[in-house]
Amino acid sequence: MIPDTTPGALRAEAVSVVAGGRTLVDGVSLDVAPAEVVGLVGPNGAGKSTLLRTFYRALRPTSGRVLLDGEDVWRMPGKRLARRLAAVLQETAGEFELTVHDVVAMGRTPHKRAFQGDDATDRDIITAALGELDVAGLARAPFDRLSGGEKQRVLIARALAQRTGTLVLDEPTNHLDLRHQIDALRLVRRLGVTAVIALHDLNLAAAFCDRICVLHGGRVVATGPPGRVLTPRLLAEVYQVDAEVAEHPRTGAPQITVLTGGPSARPVALDTARPPAGPEGREPTA
Amino acid sequence: MTGLTEATGEVTGRAGPEAARHHGIPYLPVLVLLGALVLVAATAGIAAGSIRIPADQVWGILLHRLHPALAEPTWSPVRETIVIDVRLPRVLLCGVVGAGLAVCGMALQALVRNPLADPMLLGVSSGATVGAVLVVVFNLTLFGMFSLPLAAFCGALAALVAVYFLARSGGRMTTVRLVLAGVAMAEVLSAVASFLVVTSDDPHKTQAALRWMLGGLAGTTWTVVWIPAAAVLLGTAVLLGVCRPLNLLLAGEEAAAALGLDVHRFRAALFTLVALMIGTIVAVSGSIGFVGLIMPHVVRLLVGADHRRALPAAALLGAAFLITADLAARTLITPEEIPVGILTALVGGPFFLWLMRRKAAR
Repeated sequence: MIPDTTPGALRAEAVSVVAGGRTLVDGVSLDVAPAEVVGLVGPNGAGKSTLLRTFYRALRPTSGRVLLDGEDVWRMPGKRLARRLAAVLQETAGEFELTVHDVVAMGRTPHKRAFQGDDATDRDIITAALGELDVAGLARAPFDRLSGGEKQRVLIARALAQRTGTLVLDEPTNHLDLRHQIDALRLVRRLGVTAVIALHDLNLAAAFCDRICVLHGGRVVATGPPGRVLTPRLLAEVYQVDAEVAEHPRTGAPQITVLTGGPSARPVALDTARPPAGPEGREPTA
Repeated sequence: MTGLTEATGEVTGRAGPEAARHHGIPYLPVLVLLGALVLVAATAGIAAGSIRIPADQVWGILLHRLHPALAEPTWSPVRETIVIDVRLPRVLLCGVVGAGLAVCGMALQALVRNPLADPMLLGVSSGATVGAVLVVVFNLTLFGMFSLPLAAFCGALAALVAVYFLARSGGRMTTVRLVLAGVAMAEVLSAVASFLVVTSDDPHKTQAALRWMLGGLAGTTWTVVWIPAAAVLLGTAVLLGVCRPLNLLLAGEEAAAALGLDVHRFRAALFTLVALMIGTIVAVSGSIGFVGLIMPHVVRLLVGADHRRALPAAALLGAAFLITADLAARTLITPEEIPVGILTALVGGPFFLWLMRRKAAR
């Protein structure tokens, strides 16, 4: 699937968001080159979602600017931005029985004028997006009655149907099973688009992102290649956990193992590809 | 690998019955059927009354009026007068009001993203009622025939704007706050309207205003049809043009913004449009409840929630429903007439409760 538009350069310039007297995002600057995939990590409440919301025009920054190819996203018509930047949000419950097809078809809206119907191209794009995310069989099912993982995949399909050169994804792997987590992130890579992905799973972030940006208390504490950023020291500081980082023997990606505290501590593997060996090691379930 | 196959199997199995329920009925036949329903209801509405006129004669008269060559006149001039000047305008107005209420209900439900929204629930109808009652009670005729609809529009818009800003305090508007503000506003405005009517000294006026507050279409003449007809026709055309943005709102404010919609501006514009439609409707028919609540739900069950499919169907179903309801209101206890608002509430309330229970059970 080749997107219509070329990957954009996304840039946050000293973005701050203050809401209800609290500073949620504090002077964050971030440069994402065209076709680069940047992982946004950090503990709960670090400001990941808030920062992303300023990118897709859901929340105006209190100060600072968000630029796409040098253009302030808050100074262009929303529709024009939506043709170049798509967002995958965390799903919200709806009261209306939209079908999966209806939801994915919404992705075509920014490309349409009033009274303009879906043409063959739109239908092809919608079908392709449904297929890419493995939800074609659910096309006629009501969105509200899907499982969390299925909903998440449908929302990714909607962003795909938007055919943009830039993607903003807010924890797209939430609720997804192992296979679909990998599939979704692989898909983002394969699209060759610029992407900013908020992720909780550090090993996934390390495996799929060119660079990682660590947020803590609304500020950027580190940005760089996964191997350079994800260090035991940083993890201890940001997450308050004792972790070991090793290079994965087969992928070369940093592999993080969090050690649960106490003298009888047993390693808890976060790595999904290789369960820890030993008598107590978890067996693969699939 | 077996795990994956199993997962896919389960997924497809679940999609099966849902698919049948949602798109088992093709769209075009549904639309044609609803159109036929409107015509049948209209024919029955014109035929029934103190003087019964057979259906073929009804159509003969109508076609003859359209073009003299289309039908040979075999009827008395009195019958022609009854059809053309008495019953046709009333049936047309019923259709216009029913379609308008259904379409406005559907738009409001999307705008506030709440399936319980209705022109009455958000205080729009009550606002329009206050505006219109003011005109009736104080004999305000500054704008001639436009006084009543204009006052009703102002009332409706004022109520909606007040509700909007009450709900928006703090920069953001939540659906819960909006609906609560709407309900409170509706109560207050209804009380104001009642107060105005009760304290009005002229018993004749009180009688007229009260009857009109219950919702009724008695005594409709051609002169009152044009304004609401134009407003509903234009309003519906505009709504059909914004079906896609309306769909986006169903996905939530955040998603709508991400898909390029300026949510606040769009909502403000459509609130004004809906207030305009409801104002002109309430000015001629009074508050007729439940049409705007029930019709959208029935239509969504039939053709799904996509507004491109649902809006035209809602207009047709609303028209057919109100024409039928008015027919019943005229004929059930002849020679007396029941205000049609009472009938729609009697039919609509239980239907809605049944719908809710059904939804909860699934």
